[in-house]
Amino acid sequence: MLTLVGEDRPGIVARVATTLTEGGCNLGEASMIRLGGNFTIMLMISGERSGPDLERLLAPVAAELHLRVHVDPASGGLHRHLVPNIQVRVIGADRAGIVAAVTTALAQTGFNILELESDVAGDAERPVYIMNIQGCSEQTVESLRDAVAGLHAQGIAVDIAPVETLIG
Amino acid sequence: MGIREILRVPDERLKQVSTPVARFDAVLQLAITELEETRLAGPAAVGIAAPQVGWFERVVIVDVSTKKGVYNHGHLILVNPEIEHWEGYEIGREGCLSVPDYTGNVIRATRIRLTAQDPRGKPLAFEMDGYEARAVQHEIDHLDGLLFIDRVVSRRTDLFRRKVYAAQGAGSGAGGMQPGARQGP
Repeated sequence: MLTLVGEDRPGIVARVATTLTEGGCNLGEASMIRLGGNFTIMLMISGERSGPDLERLLAPVAAELHLRVHVDPASGGLHRHLVPNIQVRVIGADRAGIVAAVTTALAQTGFNILELESDVAGDAERPVYIMNIQGCSEQTVESLRDAVAGLHAQGIAVDIAPVETLIG
Repeated sequence: MGIREILRVPDERLKQVSTPVARFDAVLQLAITELEETRLAGPAAVGIAAPQVGWFERVVIVDVSTKKGVYNHGHLILVNPEIEHWEGYEIGREGCLSVPDYTGNVIRATRIRLTAQDPRGKPLAFEMDGYEARAVQHEIDHLDGLLFIDRVVSRRTDLFRRKVYAAQGAGSGAGGMQPGARQGP
């Protein structure tokens, strides 16, 4: 698992991907996104290279583009997808503890988060925290709603809906 | 009779536009039977389109009656289906027999009006919404050489529950989001 973070600028993905490909690596599942002016890459790669060897391979491009590089051995592989069956949308006035409160309530039901994205909307005076979670649960929608019901009193709106994946 | 092979991406034939059915004969009945057998043989698919088995005529099968709590018209064999009206839009997660091990969020019209013919050529008309309307739009896309992966939207765009603007459906609304679709309003 390769992690790269640096100030956003055009061409980061192209340079990193080209370096890896020319270095004999195969690129797999990836999450790449701009967060608060930084560009972040989390990328599964496979190949013959060791972790330190990968860091050496990427060192020139990382130095040039001011990227921090981190390599972890990971046992992942392709075709290990889980399909989410629950979507959770959270909106609340931005303040400390929203993520902790919501995810703790969900975790106590055994909810498995597959994907979480969050953003701060509104303006500087009245920031609004928006979070969107997709995950797997064996609980009913009603019991999940009960689990987060207490958060409404704290000004956090939590909407839980089933995700019905259509195969056609 | 028999189960047919399902074409998978990146098979170029999946991009082919299928032709209307002209002859409602025994050959058509047999092909429909095989299409249905193929649908039932795979993972729990609520629909299948003829091009997915390499048959490039405008035939789809949709049956969402197995899904609990979903309003539906039962088991449908739709020959030469045409969507005549789109209304509203919403995001839902889709997968496809032709795209194994991948699902993604796709925008579809919430409600549609549809005409088609049955396997003997008799005209049919339906009003559908929700999950069934989504399944029909997914299958008709196949007839126009489109897969759901041609329509997947960024997951981060789905931050808000989409509002439904009824007025948009009458004109360019959801229909306007059907690039390449044959049945424009």
